[in-house]
Amino acid sequence: MTAQETAPVSAGRGEPLVVLSGVQKHFGQLHALKDIELTVTRGEVVVVIGPSGSGKSTLCRTINRLETIDEGTITLDGKDLPQEGKALAALRAEVGMVFQSFNLFAHKTILENVTLGPIKVRGMKKEAAEKKARELLERVGVGHQAEKYPAQLSGGQQQRVAIARALAMEPKVMLFDEPTSALDPEMIKEVLDVMVDLAQQGMTMIVVTHEMGFARTAADRVVFMADGAIVEENTPEEFFTNPSSDRAKDFLGKILKH
Amino acid sequence: MDAVFDNLDLFWSGFLRSLGICLWGMVGSLVLGTFIAACRVSPIPSLRWFGTSWVTLVRNCPLTVVLFFMAFGLPEIGINQSYYVFGVAALVIYTSAFVCEAIRSGINSVSAGQAEAARSIGLTFSQSLSQVVMPQAFRSIVPPLGSVIIAMFKNSAVVGAFGVGGDLWSVYKNLTSAQGYDGLPVITGVAVGYLCITLPAAAFLAYTERKVAIAR
Repeated sequence: MTAQETAPVSAGRGEPLVVLSGVQKHFGQLHALKDIELTVTRGEVVVVIGPSGSGKSTLCRTINRLETIDEGTITLDGKDLPQEGKALAALRAEVGMVFQSFNLFAHKTILENVTLGPIKVRGMKKEAAEKKARELLERVGVGHQAEKYPAQLSGGQQQRVAIARALAMEPKVMLFDEPTSALDPEMIKEVLDVMVDLAQQGMTMIVVTHEMGFARTAADRVVFMADGAIVEENTPEEFFTNPSSDRAKDFLGKILKH
Repeated sequence: MDAVFDNLDLFWSGFLRSLGICLWGMVGSLVLGTFIAACRVSPIPSLRWFGTSWVTLVRNCPLTVVLFFMAFGLPEIGINQSYYVFGVAALVIYTSAFVCEAIRSGINSVSAGQAEAARSIGLTFSQSLSQVVMPQAFRSIVPPLGSVIIAMFKNSAVVGAFGVGGDLWSVYKNLTSAQGYDGLPVITGVAVGYLCITLPAAAFLAYTERKVAIAR
């Protein structure tokens, strides 16, 4: 967690943390992931972009096995993803996940949302879990909302709570599956600010997003996907100014025109 | 109505017997039905297969067939119990399939994202079910589950007719066949007895529905 502030834009920093190798996934006839090779190192921030249906969300979800894969291997910190059961639950505790639709537990207060995992999974005492949860909620700027229910918060606030909920488990890596796609424009910034903070503190992050600003500010590497395959990987600067594949040029042409 | 008022003690003991069958049936079918529902939504394929087979088989057999299977089939392979135990067991098994489906429909009403979020913070399958999914499913489960339980209370008469003895139904048979009373007043008394079980149950159901609705 040191020297991250000055770390150069480079994919080689740290040892491999998440490694996908030869990953194949089908949804019926659809070949959703085609022979995916991806290594994310400790402390690295990888942004995955691509047109809708390109498999980027599926890729993200395979890493904590919300989606199973047909072939290939995925390792976290050198260990293969386990099958169903207690071992898989233990793995998921190590991998934070932030969803497009927030998915806060609707029947629990904000504070309970953040303490549930630490209490039930980590076996923390309630008081200790609440103290930590309040710190995290403070950190993401929703400390004063702790006693409310999710439905009483704005989308941006809910998403920041979702980030705090994931952070409460002290994960090794954070997955963001289009975290700002369901938000009003003015709320996007408050969520991205939290994510940029997190990146600067050295969290390993895999972020599926269309936010080019975030990619330029915080990402070490951009992975461009199309039709289930990784088409191109590069530094954000190189990727946005000088994409090498036609598919990426076409995609960037469409989204950057407006 | 002398038939009823002369035999109030008989009706009362019959009522208690029927109530006992209903309560055992309710507790048993709720426990078993919840277990079968957990199987049906489990990540383990063999459990899902078991749950689905159970529901398919049990739900599509008439209650009387389940009863006869228990009472006359099982003794032939050396399993002997009183008719009362067999009767209640048959009622539990039969109703569990419907309880399971009521619970499962409630679970399906909770968005998949809730369960995904629960799993993604490391909760086990049973933890995500008990901590996240079921508390939210409960609201949608109460109305159909209530109907299933009330139907089960009425089905307890079938168990009675099959010879448990001592319940409301056997009071009817006893008073009309053995003692020669007219049928109409006796069956009216029996109906009142059953309503004394089902109407409070329906009222409790309505109360619970209101309560869980406010809690949201």
